[in-house]
Amino acid sequence: MTSTDTMTRLPVGTWTLDPVHSTIGFEVEYLVGTFRGQFRDVDGRLAVGDDGSATLEGSARVASVDVKDEQLAAHLQTPDFFDAERFPELRFLAEGFDVSGGEVRAEGELTIKGVTKPVAFVGTVTPPSEDPFGRTRTGAVLTAKVDRHDFGVSWNTPLPGGDKALADEVAINAELFFTAQD
Amino acid sequence: MKVLGVSGSLRRDSYNTRLLEAAAELLPEGVELAMLEGLKEIPPYDQDDDVEPAPEAVARLRERLAGADAVLFATPEYNSSIPGVLKNAIDWASRPLMTNPLRFKPVAVTGASTGAFGAVWAQGELRKVLGALGARVVEAAVAVGHAPTRFDDAGRLVDEELQGELRELVADLVAAVEDRREAAAPA
Repeated sequence: MTSTDTMTRLPVGTWTLDPVHSTIGFEVEYLVGTFRGQFRDVDGRLAVGDDGSATLEGSARVASVDVKDEQLAAHLQTPDFFDAERFPELRFLAEGFDVSGGEVRAEGELTIKGVTKPVAFVGTVTPPSEDPFGRTRTGAVLTAKVDRHDFGVSWNTPLPGGDKALADEVAINAELFFTAQD
Repeated sequence: MKVLGVSGSLRRDSYNTRLLEAAAELLPEGVELAMLEGLKEIPPYDQDDDVEPAPEAVARLRERLAGADAVLFATPEYNSSIPGVLKNAIDWASRPLMTNPLRFKPVAVTGASTGAFGAVWAQGELRKVLGALGARVVEAAVAVGHAPTRFDDAGRLVDEELQGELRELVADLVAAVEDRREAAAPA
Protein backbone atom coordinates (compact mmCIF):
# COMPACT_ATOMS: atom_id res chain seq x y z
CA MET A 1 0.00 0.00 0.00
CA THR A 2 1.28 3.42 -0.84
CA SER A 3 0.35 6.10 1.59
CA THR A 4 0.35 9.78 0.87
CA ASP A 5 -1.13 10.69 4.24
CA THR A 6 0.92 12.99 6.39
CA MET A 7 1.67 12.60 10.05
CA THR A 8 0.90 14.40 13.23
CA ARG A 9 3.88 12.79 15.00
CA LEU A 10 7.03 11.01 13.95
CA PRO A 11 6.81 7.20 13.74
CA VAL A 12 8.24 5.61 16.87
CA GLY A 13 11.09 3.17 16.26
CA THR A 14 14.49 2.90 14.72
CA TRP A 15 14.48 3.25 10.97
CA THR A 16 17.30 2.52 8.56
CA LEU A 17 17.62 4.32 5.25
CA ASP A 18 16.97 2.24 2.16
CA PRO A 19 19.73 3.67 -0.04
CA VAL A 20 18.43 2.16 -3.27
CA HIS A 21 15.09 3.93 -3.33
CA SER A 22 16.12 7.07 -1.51
CA THR A 23 17.44 10.12 -3.34
CA ILE A 24 19.59 12.80 -1.80
CA GLY A 25 20.12 15.45 -4.40
CA PHE A 26 20.61 19.12 -5.03
CA GLU A 27 19.24 21.70 -7.42
CA VAL A 28 20.63 25.07 -8.31
CA GLU A 29 19.83 27.69 -10.92
CA TYR A 30 22.43 27.59 -13.69
CA LEU A 31 22.39 29.75 -16.82
CA VAL A 32 18.80 29.36 -18.00
CA GLY A 33 17.26 26.73 -15.76
CA THR A 34 17.51 24.39 -12.83
CA PHE A 35 20.43 21.98 -12.74
CA ARG A 36 20.06 18.81 -10.65
CA GLY A 37 22.37 16.15 -9.34
CA GLN A 38 22.36 13.50 -6.65
CA PHE A 39 24.66 11.38 -4.51
CA ARG A 40 24.40 7.66 -5.18
CA ASP A 41 26.16 6.43 -2.05
CA VAL A 42 24.09 7.54 0.93
CA ASP A 43 23.09 6.21 4.29
CA GLY A 44 20.94 7.36 7.14
CA ARG A 45 18.97 6.52 10.22
CA LEU A 46 15.92 7.87 11.99
CA ALA A 47 15.36 7.03 15.64
CA VAL A 48 12.17 8.11 17.36
CA GLY A 49 11.56 7.41 21.03
CA ASP A 50 8.23 6.82 22.78
CA ASP A 51 8.61 10.24 24.34
CA GLY A 52 8.77 11.85 20.91
CA SER A 53 12.48 12.58 21.04
CA ALA A 54 14.06 11.93 17.68
CA THR A 55 17.36 11.85 15.85
CA LEU A 56 17.79 11.95 12.10
CA GLU A 57 21.25 11.42 10.71
CA GLY A 58 22.46 10.94 7.22
CA SER A 59 25.55 11.10 5.10
CA ALA A 60 26.49 11.08 1.44
CA ARG A 61 29.78 10.26 -0.22
CA VAL A 62 31.05 13.11 -2.41
CA ALA A 63 32.82 10.65 -4.73
CA SER A 64 29.40 9.25 -5.64
CA VAL A 65 28.09 12.54 -7.02
CA ASP A 66 25.95 11.68 -10.02
CA VAL A 67 25.33 14.09 -12.89
CA LYS A 68 24.87 13.37 -16.57
CA ASP A 69 28.45 14.06 -17.60
CA GLU A 70 31.52 12.38 -16.15
CA GLN A 71 33.71 15.44 -16.74
CA LEU A 72 31.30 17.50 -14.68
CA ALA A 73 31.18 14.81 -11.99
CA ALA A 74 34.99 14.91 -11.92
CA HIS A 75 34.92 18.70 -11.52
CA LEU A 76 32.30 18.58 -8.73
CA GLN A 77 34.66 16.39 -6.68
CA THR A 78 37.54 18.88 -6.86
CA PRO A 79 38.42 21.79 -4.56
CA ASP A 80 36.43 24.10 -6.89
CA PHE A 81 33.32 22.44 -5.43
CA PHE A 82 33.10 19.68 -2.76
CA ASP A 83 36.80 18.76 -2.44
CA ALA A 84 36.27 15.01 -2.10
CA GLU A 85 39.84 14.27 -1.16
CA ARG A 86 39.82 16.34 2.03
CA PHE A 87 36.10 16.22 2.75
CA PRO A 88 34.81 12.91 1.43
CA GLU A 89 31.41 13.09 3.16
CA LEU A 90 28.45 15.38 3.51
CA ARG A 91 26.62 14.92 6.80
CA PHE A 92 23.42 15.99 8.49
CA LEU A 93 22.38 15.45 12.09
CA ALA A 94 19.07 16.71 13.45
CA GLU A 95 17.74 16.38 16.97
CA GLY A 96 15.12 19.11 17.02
CA PHE A 97 11.78 18.29 15.41
CA ASP A 98 8.53 20.07 15.05
CA VAL A 99 5.50 18.35 13.54
CA SER A 100 2.45 20.46 12.90
CA GLY A 101 -0.16 20.86 10.22
CA GLY A 102 1.19 17.80 8.46
CA GLU A 103 4.58 19.42 8.08
CA VAL A 104 7.81 18.30 9.68
CA ARG A 105 10.64 20.64 10.48
CA ALA A 106 14.01 19.07 11.31
CA GLU A 107 16.56 21.44 12.82
CA GLY A 108 20.08 20.21 12.72
CA GLU A 109 23.62 20.69 11.59
CA LEU A 110 24.70 20.24 8.02
CA THR A 111 28.35 19.63 7.19
CA ILE A 112 29.62 20.30 3.69
CA LYS A 113 33.29 20.69 2.79
CA GLY A 114 34.26 20.55 6.45
CA VAL A 115 31.99 23.48 7.39
CA THR A 116 29.13 22.80 9.83
CA LYS A 117 26.14 25.15 9.91
CA PRO A 118 22.68 25.01 11.45
CA VAL A 119 20.15 24.15 8.76
CA ALA A 120 16.43 23.33 8.91
CA PHE A 121 14.94 20.75 6.57
CA VAL A 122 11.19 21.04 6.02
CA GLY A 123 8.80 18.54 4.51
CA THR A 124 6.56 15.61 5.23
CA VAL A 125 6.76 12.14 6.74
CA THR A 126 4.52 9.32 5.57
CA PRO A 127 2.93 7.00 8.15
CA PRO A 128 4.42 3.50 8.51
CA SER A 129 3.00 0.73 6.36
CA GLU A 130 3.82 -2.88 5.52
CA ASP A 131 5.66 -3.62 2.30
CA PRO A 132 5.08 -6.83 0.25
CA PHE A 133 8.02 -8.52 1.98
CA GLY A 134 6.72 -8.15 5.52
CA ARG A 135 8.82 -5.18 6.49
CA THR A 136 7.51 -1.95 7.91
CA ARG A 137 8.45 1.16 6.04
CA THR A 138 8.12 4.87 6.47
CA GLY A 139 9.24 7.73 4.30
CA ALA A 140 10.12 11.40 4.39
CA VAL A 141 10.50 14.15 1.84
CA LEU A 142 12.62 16.98 3.16
CA THR A 143 14.09 20.11 1.61
CA ALA A 144 16.50 22.75 2.81
CA LYS A 145 17.86 25.81 1.08
CA VAL A 146 21.41 26.90 1.74
CA ASP A 147 23.81 29.50 0.46
CA ARG A 148 26.67 27.42 -0.95
CA HIS A 149 29.16 30.16 -0.10
CA ASP A 150 28.47 29.53 3.60
CA PHE A 151 30.13 26.15 3.05
CA GLY A 152 32.99 27.41 0.89
CA VAL A 153 31.49 26.05 -2.34
CA SER A 154 32.14 29.23 -4.23
CA TRP A 155 32.93 28.39 -7.85
CA ASN A 156 31.35 30.63 -10.44
CA THR A 157 31.94 32.06 -13.86
CA PRO A 158 30.77 35.40 -15.22
CA LEU A 159 28.26 35.70 -18.04
CA PRO A 160 28.88 38.13 -20.91
CA GLY A 161 26.18 40.42 -19.48
CA GLY A 162 27.95 40.62 -16.13
CA ASP A 163 25.78 38.25 -14.11
CA LYS A 164 27.05 35.01 -12.62
CA ALA A 165 26.38 31.66 -14.26
CA LEU A 166 25.63 29.73 -11.08
CA ALA A 167 23.23 30.83 -8.33
CA ASP A 168 24.29 31.10 -4.70
CA GLU A 169 21.21 29.37 -3.28
CA VAL A 170 21.09 25.60 -3.54
CA ALA A 171 18.14 23.39 -2.60
CA ILE A 172 19.02 20.08 -0.99
CA ASN A 173 16.25 17.56 -1.56
CA ALA A 174 16.01 14.34 0.37
CA GLU A 175 13.45 11.73 -0.59
CA LEU A 176 13.98 9.17 2.11
CA PHE A 177 12.73 5.59 2.29
CA PHE A 178 13.16 3.96 5.69
CA THR A 179 12.80 0.36 6.79
CA ALA A 180 12.09 -0.57 10.39
CA GLN A 181 15.19 -1.97 12.01
CA ASP A 182 14.77 -5.52 13.39
CA MET B 1 58.91 17.52 -0.23
CA LYS B 2 59.27 18.11 -3.95
CA VAL B 3 57.95 21.24 -5.63
CA LEU B 4 58.03 21.40 -9.40
CA GLY B 5 58.59 24.85 -10.89
CA VAL B 6 56.84 25.49 -14.20
CA SER B 7 57.69 28.66 -16.07
CA GLY B 8 55.28 29.66 -18.81
CA SER B 9 58.03 31.49 -20.64
CA LEU B 10 60.57 29.75 -22.84
CA ARG B 11 62.86 32.79 -23.17
CA ARG B 12 66.43 32.20 -21.95
CA ASP B 13 66.46 35.24 -19.65
CA SER B 14 62.79 34.96 -18.69
CA TYR B 15 61.73 36.95 -15.63
CA ASN B 16 59.26 34.22 -14.78
CA THR B 17 61.98 31.57 -14.77
CA ARG B 18 64.05 33.87 -12.56
CA LEU B 19 61.07 34.28 -10.28
CA LEU B 20 60.94 30.53 -9.77
CA GLU B 21 64.69 30.47 -9.15
CA ALA B 22 64.13 33.16 -6.53
CA ALA B 23 61.40 31.04 -4.94
CA ALA B 24 63.83 28.12 -4.81
CA GLU B 25 65.99 30.25 -2.49
CA LEU B 26 63.07 30.91 -0.14
CA LEU B 27 61.96 27.36 0.61
CA PRO B 28 61.48 26.02 4.12
CA GLU B 29 63.82 23.27 5.24
CA GLY B 30 63.14 19.89 3.71
CA VAL B 31 61.54 21.34 0.59
CA GLU B 32 63.24 21.31 -2.78
CA LEU B 33 62.22 22.98 -6.01
CA ALA B 34 63.20 21.52 -9.37
CA MET B 35 62.40 23.18 -12.67
CA LEU B 36 60.34 21.56 -15.38
CA GLU B 37 62.18 21.50 -18.67
CA GLY B 38 61.08 20.53 -22.13
CA LEU B 39 57.94 22.63 -22.43
CA LYS B 40 59.03 23.55 -25.95
CA GLU B 41 59.20 19.91 -27.03
CA ILE B 42 55.57 19.18 -26.18
CA PRO B 43 53.60 18.80 -29.42
CA PRO B 44 50.32 20.64 -30.02
CA TYR B 45 47.49 18.81 -28.28
CA ASP B 46 45.65 16.50 -30.64
CA GLN B 47 43.21 13.95 -29.27
CA ASP B 48 44.28 11.57 -32.05
CA ASP B 49 47.79 11.59 -30.57
CA ASP B 50 46.55 11.27 -26.98
CA VAL B 51 46.95 7.50 -26.88
CA GLU B 52 49.30 5.08 -25.15
CA PRO B 53 52.20 5.33 -25.37
CA ALA B 54 52.00 9.11 -25.11
CA PRO B 55 54.47 11.22 -27.09
CA GLU B 56 57.79 11.15 -25.26
CA ALA B 57 57.76 14.80 -24.16
CA VAL B 58 54.21 14.38 -22.86
CA ALA B 59 55.08 11.23 -20.94
CA ARG B 60 57.99 13.10 -19.33
CA LEU B 61 55.69 16.01 -18.43
CA ARG B 62 53.10 13.73 -16.83
CA GLU B 63 55.83 11.86 -14.95
CA ARG B 64 57.36 15.07 -13.58
CA LEU B 65 53.96 16.35 -12.46
CA ALA B 66 53.01 13.01 -10.89
CA GLY B 67 56.30 12.86 -9.01
CA ALA B 68 55.92 16.32 -7.47
CA ASP B 69 54.11 17.01 -4.20
CA ALA B 70 53.21 20.49 -5.40
CA VAL B 71 53.64 22.69 -8.46
CA LEU B 72 54.56 26.36 -8.55
CA PHE B 73 53.64 28.09 -11.80
CA ALA B 74 55.06 31.40 -12.98
CA THR B 75 53.30 32.80 -16.00
CA PRO B 76 53.90 35.75 -18.23
CA GLU B 77 50.92 37.43 -19.84
CA TYR B 78 50.37 37.25 -23.57
CA ASN B 79 47.40 39.25 -24.84
CA SER B 80 45.77 39.30 -21.41
CA SER B 81 46.05 35.54 -20.97
CA ILE B 82 48.43 32.63 -20.46
CA PRO B 83 50.94 31.64 -23.13
CA GLY B 84 49.71 29.00 -25.55
CA VAL B 85 52.70 26.80 -24.81
CA LEU B 86 51.73 26.62 -21.12
CA LYS B 87 48.05 26.02 -21.84
CA ASN B 88 49.00 23.31 -24.33
CA ALA B 89 51.12 21.51 -21.73
CA ILE B 90 48.33 21.74 -19.15
CA ASP B 91 45.82 20.40 -21.68
CA TRP B 92 48.01 17.35 -22.24
CA ALA B 93 48.51 16.89 -18.51
CA SER B 94 44.79 17.16 -17.75
CA ARG B 95 43.72 14.04 -19.61
CA PRO B 96 42.13 11.77 -18.63
CA LEU B 97 40.49 14.21 -16.25
CA MET B 98 39.66 11.77 -13.44
CA THR B 99 43.24 10.49 -13.14
CA ASN B 100 45.30 13.48 -14.25
CA PRO B 101 48.44 14.12 -12.18
CA LEU B 102 47.29 17.58 -11.09
CA ARG B 103 43.99 16.37 -9.63
CA PHE B 104 43.90 17.39 -5.94
CA LYS B 105 47.57 18.44 -6.20
CA PRO B 106 48.43 21.67 -4.39
CA VAL B 107 49.49 24.32 -6.89
CA ALA B 108 50.33 28.00 -6.61
CA VAL B 109 50.50 30.72 -9.23
CA THR B 110 52.74 33.72 -9.60
CA GLY B 111 53.73 35.80 -12.56
CA ALA B 112 55.97 38.58 -13.78
CA SER B 113 55.51 41.14 -16.50
CA THR B 114 57.39 44.16 -17.71
CA GLY B 115 54.21 46.26 -17.30
CA ALA B 116 52.65 47.50 -14.10
CA PHE B 117 50.29 44.66 -13.30
CA GLY B 118 52.47 41.58 -12.99
CA ALA B 119 50.47 39.29 -15.28
CA VAL B 120 47.41 39.39 -13.01
CA TRP B 121 44.99 38.50 -15.81
CA ALA B 122 47.11 35.59 -16.94
CA GLN B 123 47.40 34.47 -13.33
CA GLY B 124 43.63 34.61 -12.97
CA GLU B 125 43.15 32.54 -16.10
CA LEU B 126 45.76 30.03 -15.00
CA ARG B 127 44.07 29.64 -11.62
CA LYS B 128 40.75 29.05 -13.36
CA VAL B 129 42.27 26.42 -15.66
CA LEU B 130 44.03 24.65 -12.79
CA GLY B 131 40.81 24.66 -10.75
CA ALA B 132 38.87 23.19 -13.65
CA LEU B 133 41.19 20.21 -13.91
CA GLY B 134 40.95 19.58 -10.19
CA ALA B 135 44.09 21.07 -8.67
CA ARG B 136 44.06 22.55 -5.18
CA VAL B 137 44.94 26.16 -6.02
CA VAL B 138 46.30 28.08 -3.03
CA GLU B 139 44.58 31.42 -2.56
CA ALA B 140 47.62 33.66 -2.28
CA ALA B 141 49.14 35.12 -5.44
CA VAL B 142 52.22 37.21 -6.14
CA ALA B 143 52.25 39.66 -9.03
CA VAL B 144 55.61 41.02 -10.10
CA GLY B 145 55.08 44.16 -12.18
CA HIS B 146 57.88 46.24 -13.75
CA ALA B 147 59.96 43.09 -13.76
CA PRO B 148 63.21 44.64 -15.08
CA THR B 149 63.45 46.76 -11.94
CA ARG B 150 62.93 43.82 -9.55
CA PHE B 151 65.92 41.75 -10.57
CA ASP B 152 69.62 42.61 -10.55
CA ASP B 153 72.02 42.06 -13.45
CA ALA B 154 72.68 38.51 -12.29
CA GLY B 155 68.95 37.76 -12.45
CA ARG B 156 68.35 37.66 -8.70
CA LEU B 157 65.12 39.02 -7.22
CA VAL B 158 66.25 42.03 -5.19
CA ASP B 159 62.89 43.45 -4.11
CA GLU B 160 62.55 42.55 -0.44
CA GLU B 161 58.80 43.03 -0.29
CA LEU B 162 58.34 40.64 -3.19
CA GLN B 163 60.73 38.19 -1.57
CA GLY B 164 58.49 38.25 1.49
CA GLU B 165 55.34 37.70 -0.59
CA LEU B 166 57.00 34.88 -2.47
CA ARG B 167 58.13 33.25 0.77
CA GLU B 168 54.53 33.37 2.03
CA LEU B 169 53.21 31.94 -1.22
CA VAL B 170 55.63 29.02 -0.99
CA ALA B 171 54.74 28.54 2.69
CA ASP B 172 51.04 28.34 1.78
CA LEU B 173 51.86 25.79 -0.90
CA VAL B 174 53.86 23.69 1.55
CA ALA B 175 51.03 23.93 4.10
CA ALA B 176 48.57 22.68 1.46
CA VAL B 177 50.77 19.63 0.87
CA GLU B 178 50.91 18.97 4.61
CA ASP B 179 47.10 19.30 4.87
CA ARG B 180 46.76 16.82 2.05
CA ARG B 181 49.07 14.33 3.74
CA GLU B 182 47.15 14.74 6.97
CA ALA B 183 43.84 14.08 5.19
CA ALA B 184 45.32 10.94 3.59
CA ALA B 185 46.72 9.59 6.87
CA PRO B 186 44.58 6.94 8.57
CA ALA B 187 42.58 8.43 11.45
